[in-house]
Amino acid sequence: MDVILFLIFAIIAVVGAINVVVQSHPISSAISLVGVMGSLAVLYLLLGAEFLAAAQVIVYAGAIMVLFVFVIMLLNAGAEVRKGQSSIALFLGGPLLVALLILLAWFVQQLFPGVMVYFGGFRGGSAQDVGRALFTTYLLPFEVTSILILIAILGAIVLARKEMD
Amino acid sequence: MRGVPISWYLTLSAILFTLGVAGFLFRRNIITVFMSIELMLNAVNLSFITFSYYWKQVNGHLIAFFVMVVAAAEAAVGLAIILTVFKNRQTLNIDEVDSMKN
Repeated sequence: MDVILFLIFAIIAVVGAINVVVQSHPISSAISLVGVMGSLAVLYLLLGAEFLAAAQVIVYAGAIMVLFVFVIMLLNAGAEVRKGQSSIALFLGGPLLVALLILLAWFVQQLFPGVMVYFGGFRGGSAQDVGRALFTTYLLPFEVTSILILIAILGAIVLARKEMD
Repeated sequence: MRGVPISWYLTLSAILFTLGVAGFLFRRNIITVFMSIELMLNAVNLSFITFSYYWKQVNGHLIAFFVMVVAAAEAAVGLAIILTVFKNRQTLNIDEVDSMKN
């Protein structure tokens, strides 16, 4: 069951990620990216990260991607024109990429032999556990994050407002 | 076989990260480049959560959570920058935004 779920959603994620890269229209890339993020949320659930799966759907697939789609619509972004792309990059880079990934997969396989992930194998990812760690061990980073978000809000407003003079 | 080898998750994360890098390097539309960055951040998050499972500790979840927060802040500021660039230059092609080149 675990294997089937993993394979289904891993394939959705990889196909979606390839689609993000090859689609020429930004809105198609955005919809594919929503698919990638949704399937990653399911993989988070399989890894026992319930809180983060919910946060992934709400923050990434919800808020951030809506922002992206909103900007694409606002700027009326069309299909991009491709010019001056070297073919040597494709014919040399593609096989090199695949070779590097195979090497990496082998390396990871050697590093973690026989470690299995199954649903329910780790139960420390609930909202309770994450919240407790967030407000004890990680209290200072949490507060710094709030300041970061405040600065980001101010920066977005300053950048996107109309010049008044 | 009960469960999935942990290396599959890490390999999936590597594949997604590589596709993000490829999109970042090959695409010319500034919005798509930005989406590739989000894809890379997601891939790293998957790695963090996998390692969190491996060590049976919640710390990786917290780091992934902070990455999410930073990504949200980055998206807000980045898209505002894209809006400003488009307002000044009427283009989304990153090859045409090269006034600091010469």
